[in-house]
Amino acid sequence: MVATALAEQASFIAAGASLDIDHVSHAFDIDGKALPVLDDVSITVAPGEFVALLGPSGCGKSTLLRLVAGLEPPRSGSLREDGVAITGPFPSRVVVFQDPTLFPWRKVWDNVALGLEAQGILKTQRHRVDAALELVGLSSFRNAYPHQLSGGMAQRVALARALVNDPKILVLDEPLGKLDSLTRITMQAELVSLWQRTGVTALLVTHDVEEALFLANRVIVFSDRPAKITADIAVDRPYPRHRGDAHLAELRRQILGLLGLDATW
Amino acid sequence: MPTYSASEVAPFGADRETAVVAGDGGLQIASRLRLSLSGIVASLAWLAFGVSCLRWPDIGDWPRTEAVAYTAFVVAAGILLVTTAREALGKFGAGVQQRAPWFLALGAFLTLWEVTTAKFGWLPLPFFPPPQSIVEVYTDDLPKLFDSAFASIKLQLGGYFIGAAVGFLTGVSIGWSRAAGYWVHPILRFIGPLPATAWLPIAFFTFPSSWSASTFLIALATGFPVTVLTWSGVASVSTAYYDVARTLGAKPSFLVLKVAIPAALPHVFVGLFMGLGSSFAVLVVAEMMGVKAGLGWYLQWAQGWASYANMYAALIVMSLLCSGAITLLFKVRDHLLVWQKGVVKW
Ligand SMILES: Nc1ncnc2c1ncn2[C@@H]1O[C@H](COP(=O)(O)OP(=O)(O)O)[C@@H](O)[C@H]1O
Ligand SMILES: [Mg+2]
Repeated sequence: MVATALAEQASFIAAGASLDIDHVSHAFDIDGKALPVLDDVSITVAPGEFVALLGPSGCGKSTLLRLVAGLEPPRSGSLREDGVAITGPFPSRVVVFQDPTLFPWRKVWDNVALGLEAQGILKTQRHRVDAALELVGLSSFRNAYPHQLSGGMAQRVALARALVNDPKILVLDEPLGKLDSLTRITMQAELVSLWQRTGVTALLVTHDVEEALFLANRVIVFSDRPAKITADIAVDRPYPRHRGDAHLAELRRQILGLLGLDATW
Repeated sequence: MPTYSASEVAPFGADRETAVVAGDGGLQIASRLRLSLSGIVASLAWLAFGVSCLRWPDIGDWPRTEAVAYTAFVVAAGILLVTTAREALGKFGAGVQQRAPWFLALGAFLTLWEVTTAKFGWLPLPFFPPPQSIVEVYTDDLPKLFDSAFASIKLQLGGYFIGAAVGFLTGVSIGWSRAAGYWVHPILRFIGPLPATAWLPIAFFTFPSSWSASTFLIALATGFPVTVLTWSGVASVSTAYYDVARTLGAKPSFLVLKVAIPAALPHVFVGLFMGLGSSFAVLVVAEMMGVKAGLGWYLQWAQGWASYANMYAALIVMSLLCSGAITLLFKVRDHLLVWQKGVVKW
């Protein structure tokens, strides 16, 4: 459904940008003491690549995404989008957070329109909002308020709100983490087709190893806090992938081992 | 939170009607009979009020007794007609039917009031005037009462709007800007909790007119709660909202106008309600102390003449105006905050 909607909107999103995370370290001050969160992290993401980040909870994955989004500057190191230093938030890099954080006082349509409105181009670009809603299959809910939506629908709206800006890098922070497993499987398939059709560069944080293997070209595994890269694994399987794939199962075992969970399963 | 809504609380009657229609015939007839009965009893109560006016002679000199009695008969007939023909009268009929228990209570209360004051004088007289003497105030002293009400509304509106606007702007500034908070917060803490009426003696001397002094005091009483609640509303907006807006390209002005303010609006309305309440108090006191107009002054004046009927009449007008203002504010809020779940009805 989304795939066909997207085919009609072929020019919807420009092709992805490259992302360079170059020797980035970061820390937070807690009670005057520095809490190191990222330790010399370097990742190079090619345009149009889908990279998944895996790591123990609290290791610093969300923090890294905030740095990529430009919401905070890193303590040291640098980040570049298409070779240009990232100094602040910009709508070419949009984030979908774990909580949809829709604005409850805005109807669905107005939530999706947020980015265009903030950039002052909504008047001439209203059709893009309609197209984005179409893309996530929520056109008929354009006039609903967020409290009238289910969790999955709210997360789709958040996705539409990101996509309407034609991002070059899509930053996803456990966007499916709170959904029930059925909605999650559907949304995973939709994410893949969305990414394939648009050519956007995607950076996904997830706590679900299977999800990472189902979606990404590359899976990067982090250590405990402060996060260090412990493995960078290429997932060289064609799409659409199958959850029963033997190669994926082997990778899964390997990654669980890296996360210290080899005893289970 | 409690729900205050006459249209939702029907002790016996109207809204159960539809539920019974599907039931068996006997039950349906019984329920219809009970509905009609409540209308008839309410009508009888008003009839009793009218009769009580005419049955005994007044113990004082009240020229409006007969007029009140005939009005009561008209109301009684009206209730009876409307409740009997309620199905043909649609929403109006249903509304009257639903309020039949209240009409009954009111009629009974008026009858009791009439008998205990005008007829037998069980309640001491100058302090407890009968209904007809209050009606007399409305018919004979209307221009003065009207002028007073108008003066009160004018003063209240001016002061309230100034106070609400200044409070809102101050609240947003200190909620948003650290520098504004640094300077305004201590002043707010020092002056805010002081009851606005404490300024009254000073204000009446330092302001060029008692009108401007009262406007200032009303604005002060309104402004403090509005400021504090707007401020706390803006300060408590989740940073996640700002993060979302910023990654989508929002500039600071957008963050204030389209994120902070709408998110803080529920708090702002709490402040506006509190401000309305405290400004009413200031209005009445200011009118009694210095402004030679308005309902507060009318009350004072009536007290000077020991005309208690005028005082009750003014109190009723005042209560209607205050209640009307609150209702209006609730309507505005319901309109602006439709996005909230479960808003309290007034
Ligand atoms: N704004 C902040 N101030 C202080 N500490 C923070 C802040 N944000 C995150 N942290 C801390 O940084 C660590 C990493 O957090 P986060 O990046 O959210 O982890 P996760 O990998 O689970 O997404 C945690 O220990 C968290 O407590
Ligand atoms: Mg996280």
